[in-house]
Amino acid sequence: MNKETMKPEERQALVELLYQLADDDFILSFRGSEWLGLAPHIEEDVAFSSINQDMMGHASMYFRLLEELGEGDSDSIAHLRKPEQFRNAIILEEVNGPGTYLEKPDYDWAFAVVRNYFYAVAKQIRLESLRICSYEPLREAAKKILMEQYYHLMHWELWFKQLVTSTDEAKKRMTDAIQKVWKDFGGVLTLGPYYADIVKANLIEDEALLKKRWMNKMEAVFKEVGLDFPGAPRMERGNGRKGEHTSDLEGALSTLSEVYRANPAAGW
Amino acid sequence: MATMTLQEKILFKLQDVKDPEIASISIVDLGMVHEVKVDGSRVTVSVLPTFVGCPALHIIERDIENAIISIDEVEDVKVDFVYTPQWTSDRISPEGRERLKEFGIAPPPLDHVMGEPWSIECPYCGSPYVTMENIFGPTACRCILYCKSCKNPFEAMKPVLNLD
Repeated sequence: MNKETMKPEERQALVELLYQLADDDFILSFRGSEWLGLAPHIEEDVAFSSINQDMMGHASMYFRLLEELGEGDSDSIAHLRKPEQFRNAIILEEVNGPGTYLEKPDYDWAFAVVRNYFYAVAKQIRLESLRICSYEPLREAAKKILMEQYYHLMHWELWFKQLVTSTDEAKKRMTDAIQKVWKDFGGVLTLGPYYADIVKANLIEDEALLKKRWMNKMEAVFKEVGLDFPGAPRMERGNGRKGEHTSDLEGALSTLSEVYRANPAAGW
Repeated sequence: MATMTLQEKILFKLQDVKDPEIASISIVDLGMVHEVKVDGSRVTVSVLPTFVGCPALHIIERDIENAIISIDEVEDVKVDFVYTPQWTSDRISPEGRERLKEFGIAPPPLDHVMGEPWSIECPYCGSPYVTMENIFGPTACRCILYCKSCKNPFEAMKPVLNLD
């Protein structure tokens, strides 16, 4: 399938999928960047900021693919859309904890580890499925991103397994974070309202299959570290793929885009 | 220079375009130059980014343009960043591997298989008796190690390979 010959419904499906992929990476890497200087130790600051830089790069690669499909230039796609035009899952936009980066940040490291680990596993499964995507530019992008994602997954898996098998306090905080993330992680595992068209266009495999893979992996990890597996994750606060979001997204976007909106001609 | 073809002159000039974050190595030795196309006085260079989010890409683009436009026969230069084929760390030339060491960066392990343990030698003393301090480093493509023999901290290029 290529840009010139694709049918309108195929183009629509592709654009929707690209926004999901881009916005998930975009917003989670922004939340990650707010941790800079606040991570538990300096080596983690180096690692986490490197991961966030990679992920922002992945988002920008998807934005470029959207640009090629006529969605506008990638900077405006990133900075000028309204919150309801974003397609990221709600759990990825959630603030890191009470306070802000500038004022009394009381961020929750357990939440950061759990959210990033669950996301890295889902991202891995999604990218592996995209290797057989019918749209070549996305297939090639996925292969490139997978090489970097390899290190991210390894990083978060290590943190997750270490903390969840550590002291009672660590275990308690991790379990609380798992419960919190579980309420909305279903939002990451859905392909949204255009799901049928996305699958029909052979862009990615069926969402039920991708979800099953994620659950199988999680169930095995939970068993390994001695946790009870809670079953399928839910989507309590709404479906980001439909443009449903919380005020946390608005806050993130106003910070993210402040400079760009002030002077769209500025060089980056 | 007189006997060189335009293609050769361009490749020669590209040797002067260094990685802005590793001043000792050219983008040619890093394996980033995929293709140079010459159409009369118009030149198109396809470049493979090492990491997708590398912030040095704009600088590299500018440096390539400046280097090539300085050739008399060239009137127009275009730089395309392409992702096919994917850049992998085994594209670094033998010369490039030596240049990395000069900068205090160990080259990525040769014949590495992703998922297998790596063996890295200290770029200062050559000892394999090193520890990994951080798999991530000051730039996306590097990690941080420590040499137990000569007691120097150093960096290494991460192996980045196709997972097919």
